[in-house]
Amino acid sequence: MDYFLSEEQRMIVDIARQITDERIIPHRAELDEKHEFPRAILNEIAQADLFGVPIPEEYGGFGGGCLDIVLALEQLGRGCIGVGTAFAASSLGIYPILISGSDEMKRKYLPEVASGRKFAAFGLTEANAGSDASGIQTTAVLDGDDWVLNGTKQWITNGGEAEIYTVVAITDRSKGPRGASMFVVEAGDSGFSCGPKEKKMGIRASSTTELIFKDCRIPKDRIIGRQGTGFITVMKTLDSSRPGIAALAVGLAQGALDAAASYAKQRVQFGKPIIAFQAVQHMLADMAISLEAARALAYGAAKHIDAHPKDMSKVSSMCKVFATDMAMKVTTDAVQVMGGYGYMCEYPVEKMMRDAKILQIYEGTNQIQRNVIGQELNREYAQ
Amino acid sequence: MKIIVCVKQVPDAKDVRLDPVTNTLTREGVASIMNPYDQHALEEAVRLVEKHGGEVTVISMGPPQAEEVLRQAISCGADQAVLITDRAFAGADTWATAYTLEKAVRTLGPFDLILCGKQAIDGDTAQVGPGLAMRFSMPCIACVQKVREVNGTSIVVERMMDDGYDIVETDFPALLTVVKDINEPRVPSLKGKMRAKKVEIKRLSAADIGADPACIGLPGSPTQVMKVFPPQARGEKAVFTGNLDEQIEQLVAKLAPYL
Repeated sequence: MDYFLSEEQRMIVDIARQITDERIIPHRAELDEKHEFPRAILNEIAQADLFGVPIPEEYGGFGGGCLDIVLALEQLGRGCIGVGTAFAASSLGIYPILISGSDEMKRKYLPEVASGRKFAAFGLTEANAGSDASGIQTTAVLDGDDWVLNGTKQWITNGGEAEIYTVVAITDRSKGPRGASMFVVEAGDSGFSCGPKEKKMGIRASSTTELIFKDCRIPKDRIIGRQGTGFITVMKTLDSSRPGIAALAVGLAQGALDAAASYAKQRVQFGKPIIAFQAVQHMLADMAISLEAARALAYGAAKHIDAHPKDMSKVSSMCKVFATDMAMKVTTDAVQVMGGYGYMCEYPVEKMMRDAKILQIYEGTNQIQRNVIGQELNREYAQ
Repeated sequence: MKIIVCVKQVPDAKDVRLDPVTNTLTREGVASIMNPYDQHALEEAVRLVEKHGGEVTVISMGPPQAEEVLRQAISCGADQAVLITDRAFAGADTWATAYTLEKAVRTLGPFDLILCGKQAIDGDTAQVGPGLAMRFSMPCIACVQKVREVNGTSIVVERMMDDGYDIVETDFPALLTVVKDINEPRVPSLKGKMRAKKVEIKRLSAADIGADPACIGLPGSPTQVMKVFPPQARGEKAVFTGNLDEQIEQLVAKLAPYL
C-alpha cells in the first residue's frame, strides 16, 4: 500500500532497508545464538545518521518526528527486533531529556546520542515495580550539591552497553506519584554499576541488565526537569515511544510473512506448491490482512503524535496492542505454514516467534495498555 | 590529501541479458549500478580523507544518466562529483577512455591519489586504471587489498598476489586500483542522501577538457569489437543413479574406453 511518504521519509526507509538486508539479516542467527550485542551494526546505523532521526537539528539530529522513527524501526525489525530494540532503547533513553530536560542538558547529551557516539538507556522497572510504577523503591536524596541514589533497576535494555542512563527515583515518598523525579546517570559515576547480562527467550542481541545504585553520587544539575515531575516525564516518554514498538512488530511480522510465503511457493506436496492449497492460502491471507491493518494503525498513530495533540495515550496504546498481538499471531502462523522446517533453527521463523513474545510484554504489557484504553473510554463517555 | 576516484556505471550483474540477434548486452530496461569495485575505491578514499583530511572528487565518463552513480557517491561521502559527458565520447575503448579521463583530471588541478576499482564488471578489462597512470607517468599499484599507512608524501599498501601479497610504498601522486577485500563500503547516510539530492554535478564536455577529437570516442579507439557471442555449451552430461556402488560402476564403465 502507498502511504504517501515524503522524499525524506523514503530516504530513511531506503537506508534502513539496506542496513537490514546487508548488515542485519546475514548476522542475526549468530547474534541470537551467542547473545551478542550488535555493536558493529549499531555503529553502521550511527554512521548512516539514523540515531539522529528523532533529535532536533539544533542538537545535531535530523529533526524527524514519530513517523520517521517508526519507518526506520519497521525496517530494522524486519531483520531482527533484538537489534531494533537496542536501537530503539537508545531513543527511549533520551526522550526524557528531549521532553523535560533543560537546554543545557540537551546540549550536553543529545548531540552524542544523535551521532551514535554514545548509547542511552531508560531505567524505570524494578523488582517490585513493573506494571505498577508506584512500587518504585529507588530513592534520590539531595546531599549538598549532589543527589545520592540508592536502589536497583531491573531488566534495563542497553544496560552495560549504554553511556547515558535516564532513571526514575523517588525524591519524596509522601507525595505519591508526584514524589518521583528523573535523573541522568552516566556510566562511570561513582556508586553506579550494571548487573550481569540476563539470559532471555528472545531479542538476545539486545543487552538486558540490572542497574545498581549504591550511594551513587551525581551532580545536582543531573535532575531532568523539576523535582516531582518524574512520572509525567515517564508517561510522555512512553506515549511517544509505543508506536516504535508497534513498528518493530510490523517489521517482524513482515519478515515472517516474507519467509512463510516464499517457502509456501517452493514447498511441493501432493504434486503442488503448498501455496496452491486453500488451507495455506487462507493462513497467508489472514497474516497479510492483519499485518497491513497494524501498519496502517502504527503509521496513523505516529502521524497523530506528530501533530502534538493534548492526549495521545489511547492511540499510542492502541497501536502497540494491536501490532504486537498481530506479530505474535503472524510469527506463530509462519512457523505453522513452514511445518517442521519452521521449527528448526536453520530457518529464521522460530527466532521470530520467540522474539515476538517480548513485544506484548515490554514498554507496558498489553493488559496495561488495555487498561489505559479502557480508562480513556470511560472518561470520554462520561461526558 | 586530494583524492580522485574514477567510477563507472554498469548494468547490474544480477540482471544481464544478451540480445539474441546482435549478441550484444541489452541495456534497455536493465538496472544500472555503480561498478562494485569502484564502490570499494570510493569507500577507501572517503576513509583516507576522514583520517588524514582532504577531499574526495568522484569522476565518471558516461552518458547523462551516469549522474545517478555520482549522486550515489556523494551520498556515500564524496565531496564533489564531475560527469565527463559528450556524444563524441561514445564508443570509446580503454585507450580512448584513459585519454579522456587524463584530460579531464588535468582540468581539475593537482591531486595526490587516483583510486580506481580493479576492473569494471561489464568489460572486465582492468586496463583503464593502469592506462590512466601511464598517461600521467606516475606509479600504478594494481589490486591493492589494504592501505597500511600514509605519510606526508607517500603511501604504503598491500598488493594482492596469487600466493600472498607484496608490500609496496610509493610517493604521491600515484594511482591505486583496489580489490573487494580492501573494505566494506558503507551504507549511504541520511545527511549524505539529502546532500546528494541537491548537489550540483559539474559537467565537462570534450571541448571543456580540450580533447583532440581524433583521440576520443570511436575514432580514438584502436580496439574494434568484431563479434560478441555467448560461448557454446559443450559436452554431454550424464547423471548416474542408484546406490554409491552402482554409480561407481557406471562411472568406471564410462571412463574405461579412454584408459
